[in-house]
Amino acid sequence: MRSARTIALAALLVAAFASLLSANEIPQGERRSGYSFMSPDTKAMQNDDTTNPGMLWVLDGEALWKSKAGATGKACADCHHDAGASMKGVAARYPAFDKTLGRPVNLEQRINLCRARHQEATPLPYESRDLLALTAFVAQQSRGVAVEAGTDPELEPFVARGHDLFMQRQGQLNLGCTNCHDDNWDKRLAGSAITQGHPTGYPLYRLEWQSLGSLQRRLRACITGIRAQAYDYGAPELVGLELYLMSRARGMPIETPAVRP
Amino acid sequence: MASALINVPARAKRGAIIEIKTLMSHIMETGYRHTADGEVVPRNIITSFSCRYNGTEIFRADLFPAIAANPFVTFFTVATESGKFDFEWIGDRGFTETASASITVE
Repeated sequence: MRSARTIALAALLVAAFASLLSANEIPQGERRSGYSFMSPDTKAMQNDDTTNPGMLWVLDGEALWKSKAGATGKACADCHHDAGASMKGVAARYPAFDKTLGRPVNLEQRINLCRARHQEATPLPYESRDLLALTAFVAQQSRGVAVEAGTDPELEPFVARGHDLFMQRQGQLNLGCTNCHDDNWDKRLAGSAITQGHPTGYPLYRLEWQSLGSLQRRLRACITGIRAQAYDYGAPELVGLELYLMSRARGMPIETPAVRP
Repeated sequence: MASALINVPARAKRGAIIEIKTLMSHIMETGYRHTADGEVVPRNIITSFSCRYNGTEIFRADLFPAIAANPFVTFFTVATESGKFDFEWIGDRGFTETASASITVE
């Protein structure tokens, strides 16, 4: 009898602890895009395509979409035709599972895979103007489309790994992503809004960068901020984090190219 | 590569005050920064911007190193006649870009 009571008590404690843990997660109804934390001036900058500097990259990307590249002399448009139809909703599904590689790839990696496999062209370096431009152009076609990344059952273990990384404390400051972006998103850090970390607008124009940048650039900056060693561009850890963040933002509209302070 | 975004109303009433918005792609390197090796990154900025309305200059601005990358310049003018706005950006290292937009005044 006594052991049964102990077990019941232990189960109760575990349940209480578990509910405490999940309490950290942001409820669906309280999720907010980084946009909602911005000043009216920065919002206005994003709203108008003629004031949004991210559109400069989108226009470059449109030109690249139509320009021939690689040994096969094919342009993106030769296979995918009108991006407005063929690329609509694509960015909302990325990172997605690549069957040949057996792991998820993000949109930048997909573009480079397409270059290697179909255009026989050299991959574009991460954060290069051309790769950002093409990514921004492709992602902009999904503007307003709800994020649905991570629903593929094959991605399940990778989403879980990304989630683990999100929760894991690391670096000299011994912080996990969750300590700021789940627990303290309604507060400020050195005057700036912390935000919930929903990556709905990437690649985006950051006023601090004075340039467009990828989600991986943002993640690396955050990791450096907690004084941990940042993963290299394209590292599976970063793609895993991207994947978890996108699945965490499921249902929120794509804003690419967003503007952030 | 596409480098400028221009926003001019396509049509306007004669005498109306219209807003013109321009966004030019440029890194606006100040010339005050150093590389990790201590070398100065040479200045590379836009130094002047001008707008002509059917040939007559209606706006001019000098730009300086403190101006952020991808300068956004906006100004107002009076729509007097149908025609063309010609924009010109001139900068370091022989940088020169032009763009134009037309307007119908009724």
